Amino acid sequence: MTYHANEKGYYGEFGGAFIPEMLYPNCEELRSNYLRIMAEPSFQEEFHQLLKDYVGRPTPLYFAERLSEKYQTKIYLKREDLCHTGAHKVNNTIGQILMAKKLGKNRIIAETGAGQHGVATATVCALMGIQCVVYMGEIDIARQAPNVARMKMLGAEVRSALSGSRTLKDATNEAIRDWINNPVDTHYIIGSVVGPHPYPDMVARFQSVISEEIKWQLKEKEGRENPDYVVACVGGGSNAAGTYYHYLDKPEVGIIAVEAAGKGIDTTESAATSALGKVGIIHGSKSLLMQTPDGQITEPYSISAGLDYPGVGPMHAHLFTSGRGEFISVTDDEAMTAGLEISQMEGIIPAIETSHAFAIFDHRKFEKEDVIVINLSGRGDKDLQTYIDYFKL
Amino acid sequence: MLNSFQHLQNTMNRINQKLKEDKKLLSIYFTAGYPDLNDTVQVIQDLEKSGVDMVEIGLPFSDPLADGPTIQESSTTALHNGMHTELLFEQLKDIRKTVQIPLIVMGYFNPMLQYGVEAFCKKCHEIGVDGIIMPDLPLDVYQNEYQAIYKKYGLVNVFLITPQTSDARIREIDEASDGFIYMVSSASTTGAKAGFGDTQEAYFNRISEMNLKNPQVVGFGISNAETFAHATQNAKGAIIGSAFIKHLTSHGVGKIDEFVSSIR
Ligand SMILES: Cc1ncc(COP(=O)(O)O)c(C=O)c1O
Repeated sequence: MTYHANEKGYYGEFGGAFIPEMLYPNCEELRSNYLRIMAEPSFQEEFHQLLKDYVGRPTPLYFAERLSEKYQTKIYLKREDLCHTGAHKVNNTIGQILMAKKLGKNRIIAETGAGQHGVATATVCALMGIQCVVYMGEIDIARQAPNVARMKMLGAEVRSALSGSRTLKDATNEAIRDWINNPVDTHYIIGSVVGPHPYPDMVARFQSVISEEIKWQLKEKEGRENPDYVVACVGGGSNAAGTYYHYLDKPEVGIIAVEAAGKGIDTTESAATSALGKVGIIHGSKSLLMQTPDGQITEPYSISAGLDYPGVGPMHAHLFTSGRGEFISVTDDEAMTAGLEISQMEGIIPAIETSHAFAIFDHRKFEKEDVIVINLSGRGDKDLQTYIDYFKL
Repeated sequence: MLNSFQHLQNTMNRINQKLKEDKKLLSIYFTAGYPDLNDTVQVIQDLEKSGVDMVEIGLPFSDPLADGPTIQESSTTALHNGMHTELLFEQLKDIRKTVQIPLIVMGYFNPMLQYGVEAFCKKCHEIGVDGIIMPDLPLDVYQNEYQAIYKKYGLVNVFLITPQTSDARIREIDEASDGFIYMVSSASTTGAKAGFGDTQEAYFNRISEMNLKNPQVVGFGISNAETFAHATQNAKGAIIGSAFIKHLTSHGVGKIDEFVSSIR
């Protein structure tokens, strides 16, 4: 049993490429080349060089002493917040911009929710001198203003997605439509492990640098590569995929996925896909998604723009239905409280997405000897206004 | 291999009959439940009376990836009006008492999947729907999982091709088709103002020279008599969608014949 994608991009029954024919040539070009290109020594060399010198990798694996003391277990934080641009998203955009160059593309499009992926894309486009258009829901543009300004400063054009719920799902629709209309010169840098094959697998491979580093870092600190648990928040699931990647097929490592319950899974305002979703097709992939009985995709809600998505990547749908992963949903209030706690106990202000992962201790007990690695996927600067409003700071 | 019963059903399909007629076909797409929830049947009837050869009934979807703003908006309105799969089938229940031309349901795969692919096909068959277009149901998944069900209910599955589709894949699609091939005129979402330039010309010629076994019907970017005439120079017919929806938006359902007679 493997929890990785097969060659057709399926994780169990999930994945595949449910795309209109207009997208077939684009996806096929990528599918038939991505593994070969990624295996090229010149690609690997450039990728790792940039991760080291530009992104600042390896990111530290930090033992959170006060937090560990409080929850009576050993908690390590993987510091993706220290990546250039402030989140894990840049691991993927570095990989994909190099891929785009190898494929001879001269225009980049992306979707973004929290703006972290948009910033990470605008950043690598500036680095390479390539034109960049980022689609962002109108509502997210308002609640993530600092990131909108960053993208503009980096030279990207931010296009507002006005359809549907005007959040991440709709920004993704708009980016896909752009790609349909520009099939030859444009590469679409998807920001998570979602979308048609080969995106989920490709993005997971680029993000897998996270667990690759955890392995040797933990070996140094604990004398073993395997923690007892790896924990990450799941929007589409890219930081989680990167955190789990090298542990997926190691049953002795527990996998914990934290989703956004919004105002609660028993309300209509939630983004907890595993709790509320059913099997269906979203953005070209068979996965779990929140939908009406009639198959219309519903509008999710979370205080965190990066988790405000009605689906999850097919890897996570498979982890959930197979029972390999343990899924916990955390409300807005629990996440905000946990975000404040880690700020004041460890001196790290996390992104609100990440704050969700820190709320697991309200939901679940660990043994004193357990080693838990939580992926600190991003820093909270972009969310200061939301924190200020919430805590009346 | 098809058994003889299935084969008989296929040859009797209204789409195949219609394709044999010695004329260029005009097919019209509209969104079910638009402009008003209960307009669906009247729109189909009026399209037939106005001389349209085939109708594509759009089952609205919340996230229509392949559609431009016009069809997106009509879908949103139709969903707000209360349109859903079961209701569409209910509205169409007696359609064959009044309408003879081929009817095709066009939509996105997720609503069909939730309804149940077999249940959906069975309903289409009972109503007298002749074909299905699901742009995001890929060829290989169709062949591996659903082709047998479509055949069982005598439904024609229509595939799309675009100017970017390779010759090899077009051959595969031609092989898997038993009605017509939906030729998307340019690399675009629906409703884009195509205007047929050199790229289209080269594409139309390339396809025509391939001598495919299935006739081709051109769609996307056809909005008036001129684009219709141009698209059908080589192809068997053409499909108008967004331009017709726009007409419904500004004139309601009362003047459908005016739109149709402006095309040919
Ligand atoms: C800091 C941070 N964490 C997590 C996410 C959620 O995305 P994913 O589930 O793909 O990691 C985002 C998305 O914007 C983010 O910015």
